[in-house]
Amino acid sequence: MCSVCGCGEAQVVLDKDKPVAEHAHPHDHVHDHSHDHGPHHHDEGAIDYGRGPAGAHAPGVSQERMVAIERDILSKNDAYARENRRALAAKGVFALNFVSSPGSGKTALLARTIVALKGRLAVSVIEGDQQTSNDAERIRATGAPAIQINTGKGCHLDAHMVGHAIETLDPEPNSTLFIENVGNLVCPAGFDLGEAHKVVVLSVTEGEDKPLKYPDMFAAADLLLLNKSDLLPHLDFDVGLCLANALRINPHLQTLVVSAKTGEGLAAFVAWIEASAARRAAALAKA
Amino acid sequence: MHEMSLTESIVDIAVEAARKEGAERVTRVVVDVGALSHVEPEALEFCFAAVSRGTLAEGARLEIARLPGAGWCPDCGKTVALAERFAACPECGGFRVQMTAGDELKVREMEIA
Repeated sequence: MCSVCGCGEAQVVLDKDKPVAEHAHPHDHVHDHSHDHGPHHHDEGAIDYGRGPAGAHAPGVSQERMVAIERDILSKNDAYARENRRALAAKGVFALNFVSSPGSGKTALLARTIVALKGRLAVSVIEGDQQTSNDAERIRATGAPAIQINTGKGCHLDAHMVGHAIETLDPEPNSTLFIENVGNLVCPAGFDLGEAHKVVVLSVTEGEDKPLKYPDMFAAADLLLLNKSDLLPHLDFDVGLCLANALRINPHLQTLVVSAKTGEGLAAFVAWIEASAARRAAALAKA
Repeated sequence: MHEMSLTESIVDIAVEAARKEGAERVTRVVVDVGALSHVEPEALEFCFAAVSRGTLAEGARLEIARLPGAGWCPDCGKTVALAERFAACPECGGFRVQMTAGDELKVREMEIA
């Protein structure tokens, strides 16, 4: 049985020949049904107490009553995220949640960063995609342990899936954990996974106004990596305008211009990771 | 469409509360959705019927209460209405407005039978 939630169905495996992280999740079930436009099962002839005060003929008497709930819709995810954060802190693991649109070069950037961190910080990776374990394989090629979560129809990772992945991956104490979210600049913004920081990756082949078009993600992130800087000579992309747009949405956002291809800016990113991990460890030691 | 998993949370929360109350079914669920939250109300409605099927909340009506957005503009020194997240202050045009209301995402109450 799964110790995270007791769901009894967790199955996240590191065997790269098998579909990894096929957590038979209640969500899967729901998605199966969501596109089923078949005949409804409502029995038309039955008395339906769900439709108004049916059957309650006494004046002023209704079978229905109101119940106050006042619960945050994201409260379940947030509870799992808190548990992830606690488990990571207990082992001194520094976790980053990488978010971007598809094709920004997240996986290439992570692979290159892992190589740059070799001998300085141990790294393990959780890869999120709808299908395939291609990304986890690309990460494993660098020598870092990686686990793939396939979300199926899901458009983002949630804290529950990540909790299972952390449990299986079992990152070593005082290491760094990279979580590569599903390529999607909208949905992952609202879902806390228990990470220390969200890092948003944008590439120079996208528009300078992307931070304005998809503000939630830039508001939720602490660091912006502007990737593919090696292509700048061939493009009309205005780096200054792009960063100004991002800072308009989030004045506290830190920014770095990088290239996973040439390695430009990667030393600064590695320094950021080491400094942030040290700051995090110090804050935890004080608490 | 993260609204699908948000709707799953809504149904989970309602069904859990309904069980606690010993209810036979949920007939109405009222949720607060702020105008500045990252949620499309129509998508919630669309998902609700599908997600609630086969649960205590099957057939329930989903009522979405839209709450207006507001923010504090430090340049004007007052609270201003916000129609859009991260929008400029409607009074002075500055971009330093701090959102103070409108990102609510909450199951407020429900009707059970």
